[in-house]
Amino acid sequence: MQDRIRISCSRQNLQQVRDFVRGFLLEAKRNDLQVNQVVLAVDEVVANFIIHANNEDASQFLDLLLVLAGPRLDIEIEDHGNTLFLPPGKAPNPDLRAYIQQGRKGGMGMALVSRIMDQVEFFERNSHTVCHLSKVLT
Amino acid sequence: MKVTAQPADTTLTLLLDGELDASSAVVLDTELNKPELLNYKRVLIDCQKLSYISSAGLGVFISHLQRLQDSNVKLVFYNMQEKVFNVFEILGLDSLMTIVPTEQEAQAA
Repeated sequence: MQDRIRISCSRQNLQQVRDFVRGFLLEAKRNDLQVNQVVLAVDEVVANFIIHANNEDASQFLDLLLVLAGPRLDIEIEDHGNTLFLPPGKAPNPDLRAYIQQGRKGGMGMALVSRIMDQVEFFERNSHTVCHLSKVLT
Repeated sequence: MKVTAQPADTTLTLLLDGELDASSAVVLDTELNKPELLNYKRVLIDCQKLSYISSAGLGVFISHLQRLQDSNVKLVFYNMQEKVFNVFEILGLDSLMTIVPTEQEAQAA
């Protein structure tokens, strides 16, 4: 099964993205905890694209594609903005004690994505950034 | 995301209702940034109706934790749903923050 959605680059649309991913996986009868983890991973990547790559420019948009084949879930998030955004797929482990001492707010999103998904990859396609996430669901 | 503050003597309870993400985290941040927060001994976070948290939500708590600790204000989470607790666990934050099952335990923490 597969499904897709297009959203504009506003953080107000994060709820719509989560509802879309949640609905897709619940229809596939996946357990609540794993559904929440995948929803979180997608939310983090989409939020990064919206906020950091597109500066919340609502005239830009993202395409999200979900493909579930047996237990394997593939997710593709394509940013149609003009700024390439290519963080390393494997995020370093954040030093949380240091973050607390520094009162730091950010820097954990991609670490969460790395720990949840089996594969995280950012690459360029037609001058746009694409993020591919995959996971074998249990 | 709705945040309801319930002050009582030396304890302030914040009831979180909804999904805490990069869009709604500012609501909680505003609440935790209030100077009067430092007048309490405990700030309890009732998570019963918190159905989702992303790194932006975690970041709000992390960014205020040291300030609260420096003022001897204890930050305690309780009534947390399993899927929300799991997000703390994935990063190892469950060992750095005080998370207890019930309000009674939160009051005693």
